[in-house]
Amino acid sequence: MAKVDLVMFEEEYKQLQEIISRLQADSSSKVVFLVDKNGQQIAAAGDVRSIDATSLASLTAGNVAATDGLAKLIGEKEFTLLFHEGEKDNLHISIVGKRGILVVIFDMNSSLALVRLRVKKTSRDLQEIFEKVEQRAQNVVGDASFESPFSEITDEDIDKLFGD
Amino acid sequence: MTFINYASREINCKIVYYGPGLCGKTTNIQWIFEQANPEKRGKLVSLATETDRTLFFDFLPLDMGTVKGFKVRFHLYTVPGQVFYDASRKLILRGCDGMIFVADSQRPRMEANIESIANLATNLKENGFDIRSIPYVLQLNKRDMPSAATVEEMEHLLRFRNEPMIEAVANRGTGVIETLKACARQILMELQKS
Repeated sequence: MAKVDLVMFEEEYKQLQEIISRLQADSSSKVVFLVDKNGQQIAAAGDVRSIDATSLASLTAGNVAATDGLAKLIGEKEFTLLFHEGEKDNLHISIVGKRGILVVIFDMNSSLALVRLRVKKTSRDLQEIFEKVEQRAQNVVGDASFESPFSEITDEDIDKLFGD
Repeated sequence: MTFINYASREINCKIVYYGPGLCGKTTNIQWIFEQANPEKRGKLVSLATETDRTLFFDFLPLDMGTVKGFKVRFHLYTVPGQVFYDASRKLILRGCDGMIFVADSQRPRMEANIESIANLATNLKENGFDIRSIPYVLQLNKRDMPSAATVEEMEHLLRFRNEPMIEAVANRGTGVIETLKACARQILMELQKS
């Protein structure tokens, strides 16, 4: 059975959005993305229209997964931080809790030191929200009164998706 | 792992194309990319070698429309088929919701198909999935090749759980959408159950 283990509700989503918007402002960075380790984008702040966010999420997750594999090869649990330095823009990628990846894109208006400092504080806040999300998902599973909107998906619904 | 976002009313599902080297995994998603409405598809990202062999993965996001008021988005991935890229293959299976096994119908490739299914079972298990229960479709690709084995032979060798089995010629698009649809159907029906 497919594991439905990331369910995001309005309240937590808003909180995540607020936190990364604050990070983007406080670190003077261009864009901040929060993505899931499986490559799904969760939230974004800043000039997001300048970047293909879906590809960025997928490639970041691939990058983190490959680095994770490298860490294990040399006997490390994981590398929690990746930094890519470009001519103009830089990419700061860090792991948040068990499932999140925080991506900060910044240029000469900021610095690696400032981004690292702000990311550290933000990571703790994000982790708390992730724990709440997980807790809530578990509560929902155990709550008989919660009715999933997908409990009545029909063959026709699926045919419609494919334009039949 | 399906990501359901109640705030943006979106469902994101990950489908992975698996199979031996040169069986047509990338061809499947390239065909989908070419046929899809440009407004509904994202960029096709291919991490390939200079000789166009998949090095890490291909990735194509597809917006499918809505179900029960939720936007459904599929993320299609392929794995590198060559035997020595096993570590990379394992990583790509993380958090997948459904699998499409692309088998090469040419007789000399039958051994490679069998080995690749065994490899898939091992790698799924390492990611916490069971090949006997995850949404799964078997595509018999390259049906137009002169050395193609019969469907009965392939079914006998490769089909193990009464999964949907679809004949295809991916470079012409035959069977490509049917395969994706068969997998999508199983994933969305799983959502219904959970």
